[in-house]
Amino acid sequence: MKKLVVAIGIVLLWNACKFNNNEKVLPILGSRRAVTKVVNGQTVTDTVYQTIPAIKYINQYGDSINDKNLDGNIYVADFFFTTCPSICPIMQRNMLNVYNAFKDSTGFKIVSYTIDPQHDSIPVLKRYADKLGINGNTWWLLQGHKDETYQVAKSYLVSVQEKNPAGEYIHDGYFILIDKKKRIRGTYDGTNPDEVKKLIADIKILKAEPVI
Amino acid sequence: MKLKIIAVIVFLLFLLFVSCQSDEQMEFNRYYSSGSLIYQNHCQNCHGTNGEGLQGLIPSLKDSVFLKYNKNTLACLVKYGLKKNITILKRSYDSEMPPNDLAPIQIANVLTYITNSFGNKMGTITLPQVGIDLTKCK
Repeated sequence: MKKLVVAIGIVLLWNACKFNNNEKVLPILGSRRAVTKVVNGQTVTDTVYQTIPAIKYINQYGDSINDKNLDGNIYVADFFFTTCPSICPIMQRNMLNVYNAFKDSTGFKIVSYTIDPQHDSIPVLKRYADKLGINGNTWWLLQGHKDETYQVAKSYLVSVQEKNPAGEYIHDGYFILIDKKKRIRGTYDGTNPDEVKKLIADIKILKAEPVI
Repeated sequence: MKLKIIAVIVFLLFLLFVSCQSDEQMEFNRYYSSGSLIYQNHCQNCHGTNGEGLQGLIPSLKDSVFLKYNKNTLACLVKYGLKKNITILKRSYDSEMPPNDLAPIQIANVLTYITNSFGNKMGTITLPQVGIDLTKCK
């Protein structure tokens, strides 16, 4: 009898845990402000979350990309440059895992902004993409104005800094997870395989989340 | 009592085994373990934890034929980097490898590590050998 009670207890606990997992919701990051407006004669206060600013870029295929092209997509953003010798190879190796996990699913993209647009022209980005073994439209390598990229980077909570005296770009190596409404839902150290595993798990959670 | 005797015998055998390691083996172990740390600090970011490289961008270090035929130029590659095309495992690579400011002994260590890891087995690349190789860099 005792054993039976223990067994039932374990089953119940197990189910409780499973239930919690299903309910997991990712936080909304970034700044927020309360907006009060009048709807149908009633005063309503709403929270407005920080979103990613409008962008205008060109991808590795030479196509113009603006923020409309990302509408309704969950995406992961990072910053890189093709000649980066330090942390980029680790980041790309890790991002390839994300790419391979979701390359066949709809409504998902990876956008990598180059912070060295002068060197990283469209043909350079295309060659880089080919050598990395990526094709199709899941992973875009984007080239745009440097100032604009730095503005975008700021809003992604990532600092992208000017060239250091040694002649190399410094950047933080973060992967940023953005939801369908362009809100920041997570930041992950792109050089850490464990954090990238968490990112892949979080994308699955986000994909299952109903858009409110 | 029996157990004690067995333990003592095992211990003696172990001592015998350790002391029988030849000088060469000990030298190899020293080179290899120092090389492993240098690899982590100077090579691993690009060439990967398991020497796998990165797709078509960064070559793998598993091409034992390349390593064997270029054994005497490897030291120069590490020290001065590489700007021209190379073909590794039938794949062509044209990105630049940056130079590494390492002492000859460090180069010998890291080369011993690389040429005896990732499926390679080439034995110790010694400091005197690296010294000779470095005088012939082009």
